[in-house]
Amino acid sequence: MAGTGKAHLRRPEEVLLRVEDLVVEYPAPGRKVVHAVSGISFDVKAGETLGLVGESGCGKTTTGKAILQLLPVTSGSVVLDGTDLTKLSERKMRRARTDLQMIFQDPISSLNPRRTIGDIVAEPLQVWGPHSEVEQVRMVDEMLEAVGIDPVQARGRRPHEFSGGQCQRISIARSLVLGPRLLICDEPVSALDMSVQAQILNLLGDLKADYNLTLVFIAHDLAVIKNVSDRVAVMYLGKLCEVAGADDLYDHPAHPYTGVLLNANPEPDPDAPLDLESDQAVEMPSPINPPSGCRFRTRCPNAAEKCAAEEPMMRSVGDDHFVACHFPTL
Amino acid sequence: MAGPTELRSLQEDGQASVPTAVGSFRVRVGRSLWNAFREMSWPTKACASWLVLIVTAAIFADWIPGLQDPNYQGFLFGKGKTLDPPSMEHWLGTDNVSRDILARVVHGARTSLIFAGGVLLCGLVVGGLLGSAAGFLRGRFEAVVMFYVDVSLAFPALVFFLFAITMLNTRGLGIMTVAVAILIVAPYTRIARANSLSVSNREFVTAARAIGTSRPRILVREIIPNVYPTLVAYSLIVAAVLVILEATLSFLGIGVPIPRASWGGDINMARRDIAINVWPMIPPILALVATILSVNVVSDWLRSNAASRSSAL
Amino acid sequence: MPAENASTPGTGPVAVSAGSPLLRVDDLHTSFHVPAGEVRAVRGVSLTLDRGRTLGIVGESGSGKTVLARSIMRLNIGGNVSTSGNVEFEGRDLLDLPLKAMKNLWGTELAMVFQDPMTSLNPVVRVGRQLTEHVRSNLGASRGEARQTAIDLLREVRIPDAEARLRAFPHELSGGMRQRICIAIALACEPALLFADEPTTALDVTVQHQILNLLGREQRERQMAMILVTHDLGVVAGRTDDTIVMYAGKVVEQAPTRVLFTEMRHPYSEALLRSIPRIGQRSHTRLSAITGRPPDPIDIPPGCPFNPRCPYVQQKCREEPPPLVAVGDGAGGASHLAACWYPVGTDAGRDAFARNLADRLPQTVVVAEGSEFAESAAANAAAEATAANGSSEGGGA
Repeated sequence: MAGTGKAHLRRPEEVLLRVEDLVVEYPAPGRKVVHAVSGISFDVKAGETLGLVGESGCGKTTTGKAILQLLPVTSGSVVLDGTDLTKLSERKMRRARTDLQMIFQDPISSLNPRRTIGDIVAEPLQVWGPHSEVEQVRMVDEMLEAVGIDPVQARGRRPHEFSGGQCQRISIARSLVLGPRLLICDEPVSALDMSVQAQILNLLGDLKADYNLTLVFIAHDLAVIKNVSDRVAVMYLGKLCEVAGADDLYDHPAHPYTGVLLNANPEPDPDAPLDLESDQAVEMPSPINPPSGCRFRTRCPNAAEKCAAEEPMMRSVGDDHFVACHFPTL
Repeated sequence: MAGPTELRSLQEDGQASVPTAVGSFRVRVGRSLWNAFREMSWPTKACASWLVLIVTAAIFADWIPGLQDPNYQGFLFGKGKTLDPPSMEHWLGTDNVSRDILARVVHGARTSLIFAGGVLLCGLVVGGLLGSAAGFLRGRFEAVVMFYVDVSLAFPALVFFLFAITMLNTRGLGIMTVAVAILIVAPYTRIARANSLSVSNREFVTAARAIGTSRPRILVREIIPNVYPTLVAYSLIVAAVLVILEATLSFLGIGVPIPRASWGGDINMARRDIAINVWPMIPPILALVATILSVNVVSDWLRSNAASRSSAL
Repeated sequence: MPAENASTPGTGPVAVSAGSPLLRVDDLHTSFHVPAGEVRAVRGVSLTLDRGRTLGIVGESGSGKTVLARSIMRLNIGGNVSTSGNVEFEGRDLLDLPLKAMKNLWGTELAMVFQDPMTSLNPVVRVGRQLTEHVRSNLGASRGEARQTAIDLLREVRIPDAEARLRAFPHELSGGMRQRICIAIALACEPALLFADEPTTALDVTVQHQILNLLGREQRERQMAMILVTHDLGVVAGRTDDTIVMYAGKVVEQAPTRVLFTEMRHPYSEALLRSIPRIGQRSHTRLSAITGRPPDPIDIPPGCPFNPRCPYVQQKCREEPPPLVAVGDGAGGASHLAACWYPVGTDAGRDAFARNLADRLPQTVVVAEGSEFAESAAANAAAEATAANGSSEGGGA
């Protein structure tokens, strides 16, 4: 699995966001280093939705925050429309933030509990203008309506008076009020009830069309990822396993890890094939000391000597289908 | 056909007024204080009433009709008796130099209020700001601030106080307030910093950074409003301690000097003539006990009400 | 089995005939009295469970599923809780028992595995001791016996290196491992009934898969009854014998699991299933979302609790709460119950939907916009158009 390589990248002129050789490491107690993200590359075309899927500890949330420079990038480049964000000064980066925004996993805690909704959604406007109060109110109201919240009722209230789904809508309104081009969604529906998830997913789809957004959608739920994405990248322990078009990935998974994920996904269909046997404890390797070569080899049924010795590089196995594995299942 | 926006807004029934988390009813801030008062249990009502009474009396002491001069020693002019029990003229009697005890109790409340209020204000403003900034900005600033805090907390407070009054050769409410205000900054800073650390890690602060908000603005708009409720709750406990502190220091003779009215000072004076008449000691003692008790009871009530605001089932 | 050795009076099993169910719940109501009002979390739930069977309880937050499980086990302790109804376990009425007698049942006959393994284990006590403590106090084993039992249990829940793990603290283990320990503790005294309250919600999908398989295997091998509470329909499919769907404190549909999925009768169950993204769907399938959100347990609308969001709603639904009645004319028979005046798949239901669609009722329109409906509706419309053309042109093509 986990490999590096850039075979799956498209030409720089074609894409809005291009991440190359991203490495994020941070110190752990005892003079150790946590290798959260270890050299991944991917790109997103304007108007595309890239789904980033993986389990906890794979580095997908770290990647999302690193793109926004919300945490220090150890090395690598993040190029948004020609500008390398990692090279920008603090001031210039702050300015660049109007172009890329993020929505977070826990909707209620991503809103300041002591401020009113109107205030929260207007905050980006107060920081960056327009500064006319009337104009701000108009823009805030327009945005709240676009996400399905009644502005008149909502603007004077505080977050704790709203449900999780509503708070997520407000959070989306806040990130879109400046008109960014790229929106990073970090597990936006994981904390919501199932009946509300569909509302938010539909909403994101509609807003993407209405506001010409490009999305990077991070999640651990395979079905959700398939629903929203044009292209999907599977991550494991800080590396990329497989990148392909959404339908293609699920119809023809090439990486053993993708297969494991699909196999484990609980399908609400009593007739779907279900493996009831495997119940061994899964030992996830530590990101402080990841396995050599292919990082997935400790869990891979097809692991061979080559996998420990040599790290697999991304290579093409089909039309717009790339995998980093010595023995792909395709 | 209903347009997409309409449908989208109908997907939420817009009933934001219905509390979504059970138990998260809006706290007294939105409702009138009178309603809140009516809902208290009667001991809490009594304590709240006492506090309101004593604070109002302390603030408006000079304008209370009929209240006598707390420093008028009538017996010097043949107009009053010393250590007199309560009478029609002096509702709570007179002290050893024939000053009206009731007036002294009321003015003593003023002394306590000025002291506690001044110290708390300094703690909240200086300590709160320093601590909030330290917890958010981290780095060298935090290290310097916390070093100061550690030193200040380690320094024996009484020694500092005595040092101050000796070196400056003054005694009085002013120096007392300033000295303790300096000392109170450290505990406030510590608490504010701890809170600020946890608030800074919450997602809405990350969201503010993601919007491109500058750090000073994040500190003022996001961090500080979320740190202050804890500090205010802490202040209520501190208030009770400060009232006792002022009384103790004055009792020991190193606080507010005579002739200024102070509960502690008056108790000290009355102590000497306890063989003759035990009464003059009683009103300031009762006032002190009642006030401390009331502050504690009311702060308990406030805390349990604030807790229900944020709890869900 | 501990039940046979019961020496405390009142806790031994009452004569239980072979045919009677292990657990019978009858009209259970649980309410919490808070300053804001009465939170009616469970409003009249009845169910039965036989030995060795698995029951799934599916619902979203606020549906009352967790409160139901805890009410049956009498874990809702607090001055403001009131529970009424009948809970019969192994012939005994649990709601009548004093808490002291319940303590003898907890852990030995009835056990629960909770959602968050980090908070259900004591963070300052080593894992081994948490296990042996339980075994020693409930089974009266000696220290050596308890240690051996603990090691055996850890092996049984497939924790590698069991002996070394005994000395670990909870925070040194991964979430999946911690949950296995909780399962080991729950199974230690061989309970007759195991509650699993969202046991895998906090875990990764591959770990969830393993843990659910483990629970299933344990249940089969021990012939233990299990109640699996979850919000995820995918978790119950294929793993439970029967399933109950809860909404706003009531059971809205109840059936053997396969029947529930293939012949859904309640609009809520159907809407829930339709709104979940599925791997089998193409990418960018528009989901048929349910409008609105679940009601606040303090303020439940009259009539059927789902009525503000139901695509099939009619006036009767707003006034009278529908009873839970048998709707199984298909494979389910008498065991398929639903609480709906206009169940899905019946003529009454179809008419109600068509009427609402004609009235442009928003929640119905939204559902009709969803791909599956749109396709079949388009097909129907096309068919009708062809038929109309055919008849208007006198059959000419």
